Amino acid sequence: MVVVEDVRNKVLTIEEIEARLALLEGQLPRKLIEELLSELSKRKVTGKQLEEVIREILRRFRKALVDPGEAVGIVGAQSIGEPSTQMILRSFHFAGIRAFSMALSLPRLIEIVDARKKPSIPSMTVYLDEEHRYDLNKAREIAQQIQLTTIENVARSTEIDYVNFAIVIELDPEILRDRGLTVEDVKKALEKAKGRGGEVEVQGYTIIFRPAVTDLLKLRKIRDRILNLRLKGLKNVKKAIVRRDEKTGEYYIVTEGTNLAAVLTIPGVDSRRTLSNDIHEVAEVLGIEAARTVIIQEMQKVLEQQGLEVDVRHLMLVADIMTQTGRIRQIGRHGVAGEKPSVLARAAFEVTVHHLVNAAARGEFDELRGVTENVIVGNPIPVGTGLVELLMSHE
Amino acid sequence: MSVKKKFDVFEHELVPKHILLTREEAKVILKKLGIYPWQLPWIRASDPAARALGARPGDVIMIIRKSPTAGISIVYRYVIPG
Repeated sequence: MVVVEDVRNKVLTIEEIEARLALLEGQLPRKLIEELLSELSKRKVTGKQLEEVIREILRRFRKALVDPGEAVGIVGAQSIGEPSTQMILRSFHFAGIRAFSMALSLPRLIEIVDARKKPSIPSMTVYLDEEHRYDLNKAREIAQQIQLTTIENVARSTEIDYVNFAIVIELDPEILRDRGLTVEDVKKALEKAKGRGGEVEVQGYTIIFRPAVTDLLKLRKIRDRILNLRLKGLKNVKKAIVRRDEKTGEYYIVTEGTNLAAVLTIPGVDSRRTLSNDIHEVAEVLGIEAARTVIIQEMQKVLEQQGLEVDVRHLMLVADIMTQTGRIRQIGRHGVAGEKPSVLARAAFEVTVHHLVNAAARGEFDELRGVTENVIVGNPIPVGTGLVELLMSHE
Repeated sequence: MSVKKKFDVFEHELVPKHILLTREEAKVILKKLGIYPWQLPWIRASDPAARALGARPGDVIMIIRKSPTAGISIVYRYVIPG
């Protein structure tokens, strides 16, 4: 502290403040140090005052830290649970727009913490690169490449010609143009799929396909398969709509249905920002850390939309626990609560008899380390002050 | 499909920086935290980020997250098979 002594009563320069604050790295979070620096650089402070400020901030920071033994899980559960009781009432007011109310209300929150395999409304937000971002037509082009188009989508009608054993597909020129396809594309796709034998004939906007079969049942099966033949786009992506961000003026694409792995490899897509609301898919494509972030963001989206204020720290805790084992684990019976090491804790949660019988059959052992099992047997619980034990020396 | 482009997980903004620690570095950190490696959160060796680093089961990965509360937060994950 020799340096500081010299400048006790002198007004410090920004560099001097910065140098002093740099010493706090490790004692305070980076964000607090940055905030402190920007506040202090607006004012005139002497060395003595700076030391006082630092001392007070350190004191308050330590006071604000979570105490050892604090039941953070319980506090988190209550802090998310209480506001979500208000959500139930509100979510029914979007009558008619099911998609909207589902996507942003309590059912969605439950879906996230239950870690359902597929969200009820799977959706991606596809951002575009510099070149395509500000041009509606270019954005549309990419949307066409993403949206799944099958023959069924572009056909006005498909009929089976039982006399000639043919399938007659009448294409809709308008839809074709809309999806950026030509009759030639459809023909090519059909030829690729038809295998050996069979022929494809084009007459204007009508395609006649004669597969090499002589069985009516088979013919019908082939027609069903042809209707689902992919012409363009990605599997599972039912819809792709171009939207414009009012703030930045950039175009982006919102999809119904997700296929993150494929969309990230499409040229023109900004593979740094594009995301999916399917947590399992994100974990698979981008890893468990990205999934953790998506869990937090998706929960925040719901709470924000409902106008509820929940501290992110609670959501971060939920996401941390859900991703702790390297894969996504739901909070409930088949995840966090169901994997507790204590028999009594599991039995106290759900399906009591089931757990007790199984534990007895297996000869399980309860170490009585958790809260629930100690409540059951009547011990002090290892939380808060119950966490510490006293060792007294007889003098 | 047209030309495919290569995709690097670490370029994505949802993926924080992952650093593979050497055995010695991992040992120092575990000593500082006073825990066994399996007490850390886990990451599977088949995780896209772990695979990109070439991590093997038993390794420890340092993850530098951007945090809305602390600015930057450093966490560790223990690589497990799977």
